[in-house]
Amino acid sequence: MSKLSTTTIIGLEVHVQLKTESKLFCGCSTQFGRPPNTQVCPVCLGLPGALPVINEAAVELAVRAGLAINCSIPPMTKWDRKQYFYPDLPKGYQISQFDLPICADGFLEITDPADPDATRRIGIIRAHLEEDAGKSLHDEASGRGDSRIDLNRCGTPLLEIVSEPDLRTAEEALAYLTKLKETMTHLGVSDCEMQEGSLRVDANVNLHIEQDEHVIATPIVEVKNMNSFRSVAGALHFEAERQLAEWQETGQTIKTRGKRTFGWDDVKEVTYPQREKEESADYRYFPCPDLLPIRIPRERVEQLRQSLGETPDEARQRLQSQHGISIYDADVIVSQGPAMVQYFDTAAMTSGDGKRASSWVQQDVMRTLKEQGTDVESFGVAAEQLGELLAKVDAGDLTNDRARDVFKHLAAHDASVDEAIKALGIESVDSSEIESLVAELLQANPKVVEDVKGGNTKAVGALIGQARKRNPNANPQLVREVALRQIEAS
Amino acid sequence: MLDSALELLRLQSAGEVSAVEIAQKALDAIEASQPRHHSFTFVDREGALRVAKSVDQRRAAGEDLGPLAGVPVAVKDVLCTQDMPTTCSSEMLRDFRPPYDATVVERLRRADAVIVGKTNMDEFAMGASTETSAFGITRNPWDTDRTPGGSSGGAAAAVAAGTVPLSLGTDTGGSIRQPSAFCGVTGLKPTYGRVSRYGLVAFASSLDQVGPIAWSADECALLLYTIAGFEPRDSTSLDQPVPDYAAATKSKDLRGLKIGLLRESLDAEGISHSVRAAVRDAIKVLADLGAEIIDVELPHREYWVPTYYVIAPSEASSNLSRYDGAHYGHRASEGVTDLLSMYCRSRAEGFGDEVKRRIMVGTYALSEGYADEYYNKALKVRRLIRGDYDAAFSQVDLLLGPVTPTPAFKLGEKVDDPIQMYLCDLFTVGANLAGVPAISLPGGFDEQGLPVGIQLQGPPLEEGRLLFVASAFQSATDHHTRRPTP
Repeated sequence: MSKLSTTTIIGLEVHVQLKTESKLFCGCSTQFGRPPNTQVCPVCLGLPGALPVINEAAVELAVRAGLAINCSIPPMTKWDRKQYFYPDLPKGYQISQFDLPICADGFLEITDPADPDATRRIGIIRAHLEEDAGKSLHDEASGRGDSRIDLNRCGTPLLEIVSEPDLRTAEEALAYLTKLKETMTHLGVSDCEMQEGSLRVDANVNLHIEQDEHVIATPIVEVKNMNSFRSVAGALHFEAERQLAEWQETGQTIKTRGKRTFGWDDVKEVTYPQREKEESADYRYFPCPDLLPIRIPRERVEQLRQSLGETPDEARQRLQSQHGISIYDADVIVSQGPAMVQYFDTAAMTSGDGKRASSWVQQDVMRTLKEQGTDVESFGVAAEQLGELLAKVDAGDLTNDRARDVFKHLAAHDASVDEAIKALGIESVDSSEIESLVAELLQANPKVVEDVKGGNTKAVGALIGQARKRNPNANPQLVREVALRQIEAS
Repeated sequence: MLDSALELLRLQSAGEVSAVEIAQKALDAIEASQPRHHSFTFVDREGALRVAKSVDQRRAAGEDLGPLAGVPVAVKDVLCTQDMPTTCSSEMLRDFRPPYDATVVERLRRADAVIVGKTNMDEFAMGASTETSAFGITRNPWDTDRTPGGSSGGAAAAVAAGTVPLSLGTDTGGSIRQPSAFCGVTGLKPTYGRVSRYGLVAFASSLDQVGPIAWSADECALLLYTIAGFEPRDSTSLDQPVPDYAAATKSKDLRGLKIGLLRESLDAEGISHSVRAAVRDAIKVLADLGAEIIDVELPHREYWVPTYYVIAPSEASSNLSRYDGAHYGHRASEGVTDLLSMYCRSRAEGFGDEVKRRIMVGTYALSEGYADEYYNKALKVRRLIRGDYDAAFSQVDLLLGPVTPTPAFKLGEKVDDPIQMYLCDLFTVGANLAGVPAISLPGGFDEQGLPVGIQLQGPPLEEGRLLFVASAFQSATDHHTRRPTP
């Protein structure tokens, strides 16, 4: 048997939870992790007579998301009911969008995992708004088959983003997901936390097998239950191998077997068949008579397009060129979101030293944020203050170590930079004071003088530590310069 | 006394009667009528007396009172009431108490109306005789061997039996107008969106409307004014000002008004002589009042009923999916082995035959491969029907025609013949499909003394015009003043 050449064909359906305060069709809170069934009302409980009213904020977020993934926004979009019975779907239908989604025909450009210099354009068929269902908690362990239903999540706005089957490897799928997540979080459209369910991924995957100059397609499998990017990669790798083996064993192709649904077992690292979907379920979609179609004025779309701001890619490029930092550093900052980019921008411009600002932001700022469990918007050290502080370091008025003390003080107290310096008793040391301090030290350390004279200028470093013990405000750079000059003159 | 809200308001202002006395009278009348007519599924004696007492106290204290202060009102049991059961006359919701009030109920309370109870209806408003109620039939006060019509049979019978002056019904295909015609009272189906559907348990969402039933157009104007208007919780509610309907009914001069006669409907198959006669009499009355009568056609009328019986069941099949036993309502206790059997058993036990029939028809009409042939095609025909109305209203101000092919039929006569029952909607479903307002008013009596209705239909949001013409008609006729012998 000749060696088989196979290509994996992957399309992803990604649900992102939109970051709205309230649900898609009622005023209930969308906060995660509240006690079960405490964030519900007649509308999201689907009680008789209750009616949905569209949350405009969700529509705007969906349009922003759509524009960011290069979709067109049709002038009219409408709501449809997708009907099926399940206890976590209290109305017996989900309000979704069938034939006129809010976003259509987009793409996302990813770096080719196989070639860092090349990009791949992944088509996006559509992105549509829909309400989330509740959560079923099955207590199978008890053996009684009891199920508990939490409807807090019911009615939470989701944007389902459906890619073309343009992805060819698990690595490409990961690059696509990473890019999508970065785009959505950067825009503030979604938190994209897979653990909290605000990003959910389903993958449609099959193989194209080349044999005797023919291409044979294996049956499509939809993989669900992937709880992390790692699971997605694992499931895709596993499916590719499983489908090849299955085809070799059964010879089944896309023509002889319909789409099936598989789950991913994170522990065993295998996919396993879920309910058989030989015939596609009939959801009996029809336009929801309780909601009017939405007309989105072109001017509004343009306003939203203008307000999108820079994309993560644009931000990365700008930080490199404007502040002279490396691609790596720019990437770390951009990955923290637009608020961090803005913080860095301000700190870099105020200090006039992009590289120093970049290093401080990545180390001191991010560490302190983590320690304080806060975000950059509510951080105690304003970007301007950091810039001012770093300018003093640049000017030689403060050492890095002393600046760090000042930074810590600012992070804990409501103070200006000057007040912090004063509070810490930091005074810049007069150069005559340094001259006499160095003279004393040289006298006490003849070995150092000798070594320097012998050409080992590094030996002067020993004096710096001693000088700082005697006077913590002594600028090490100055101590070093004065010491070298005095030795040369002696 | 219980046949006029306007009179009750006047008597209270004059200090001749108290709200508590009125409420007591209404409750006594209901008690006397229930065994004969069974208009109510629930009577809230304590609640009614409590509200009435508070109205009296506030009146005594000189406080401002709402426009329906102390007036007993009956509410169809498809409208949510926080303090009363809301059953839709279905086993499925036998014990259901909503945690909230429908918008119209809220507005009644705000108007200081005294809600005396909930009225019987066809199950989930599906039917034309109130015989599909899970809690027993309602009888027509004019002839207790006959149906009061449906689905708002209890609502119309409650007025006709003299238990309340005002009653709220709902109309999806004729469910206010047909029982009003059968019971010799006046009933108005407003423009779609004129009255909020929030808290109206949905049958067919794109067709359902809440409206008033009373003896006269003037009384309907009073109730409509209270319940109409924009509701932000209902996306299909119209954000349009509510005119002073009472003022609209002041003039009785119809000169300059063009009324289109739907002459072709008078020749429809199965239409009774008395109905034809009532419409012909009405032409004369309206012409005498100064109106110009012109023949008008709604060319797609023959498609009304088939279109309606695709769209309404389709929406119903979806709207009624929520009754699955999982969260509220009836849940089967026997024969349940898993989720699917719980669903199947609960729905099999909770729904009656007519509801099941419509769920099945609707599910079929929306199914993949059939939706284009049925549901989507019906939507296209619906657009044509709307177009017919637009064209007609470019020529005339109102349309005149029959409400029903016949006066009230005998109980049991059609209950096993769904097609005959569906044909009751022959003249009424057009207004629902087009979303226009329509009123049914007493137009005469047949040789057996049964009331016969006539129907006026108007352009969107022209309820004022309908009430004006109906009121003028009633100033020149006495059909609406006749009462059944108790």
